[in-house]
Amino acid sequence: MNVDWFIVLSALLFATGAIGILIRRSPMVILLCLELMLNAGNLALVAFSRMVGNGQGQVFAVIVMVVAACEVVVGLGLIVAIFRRRLPLNVDDLRELRG
Amino acid sequence: MEEVLFFVSALGALGGAVGVIAMRNPFYSVLALIVHLFSLAALFLLLTSAFVAAAQVVVYAGAVMVLYVFVVAYVGEGGEPAWEPIPGQRFLAPLLGIALFVELSIAVLSSSLLALGTQGPDVPAGFGDPAAIGRLLLEKFLIPFEASSILLLLAAVGAIVLASNRREGVGDPSERFAEEEGSTPKAPAVPRPFDEVPSEEGSPTPSPGGLA
Repeated sequence: MNVDWFIVLSALLFATGAIGILIRRSPMVILLCLELMLNAGNLALVAFSRMVGNGQGQVFAVIVMVVAACEVVVGLGLIVAIFRRRLPLNVDDLRELRG
Repeated sequence: MEEVLFFVSALGALGGAVGVIAMRNPFYSVLALIVHLFSLAALFLLLTSAFVAAAQVVVYAGAVMVLYVFVVAYVGEGGEPAWEPIPGQRFLAPLLGIALFVELSIAVLSSSLLALGTQGPDVPAGFGDPAAIGRLLLEKFLIPFEASSILLLLAAVGAIVLASNRREGVGDPSERFAEEEGSTPKAPAVPRPFDEVPSEEGSPTPSPGGLA
């Protein structure tokens, strides 16, 4: 199986995640789409690692997973905090950070 | 055989991804993401990276998704409004996504990477197994490894601070409990974790003392 297929698949998954971020408004689904994009990046990293023939890309992928887990924890904590304060869970209404 | 496995798991990954962005209910989106993650783990196995595949299944599809399921069950659906702040957003966004895909494909496939169009070099038997990854992490990438552990610790502390019941102005927890137990009903009651759920789409006017 050529490495190209994996790279193109990862580009496709990344674009899917980007579309999801653009069309959805629930912060939870946006976090899920972020996961999609991070995983597409992971797939590309692992494919490049296989292509080059050393394991460093896989270490990158593992560290991307760690960062993704941190992002999920903080994002979900924010969502719970927003929910507790009775604010609408909608990114179009939560635009106070935009100034 | 390898091609069959690739296309089956690629279909699973793509279907899971489309399911995540197409499902109305966030709970189904999380389930679709689990399908996506399992398919990705199969793809990682095809790329002879056993450790990353195992970490994907255990950490992502296991732990992180359980966290998601808990939060979705806690927060509920929260009906998404149908109006669009930018007219035609639902049609423009897929166009932009397709453009992004084409650009990424062109950027990668037209690059002069030598191993494109091949399977990559033959790798030794232990390629990508936990021993190799562990050796790389603890020898060559020790500083990123330690930095990521500090990042995990910070994220855990940050999540506790963010999701805790504390509000600004109420510093001492014993004081807060005394206030909760007091019979005088204060106007903005401190919301407790299992308070009654707000109305379906969430009132657009934030409650007093909100995130502002």
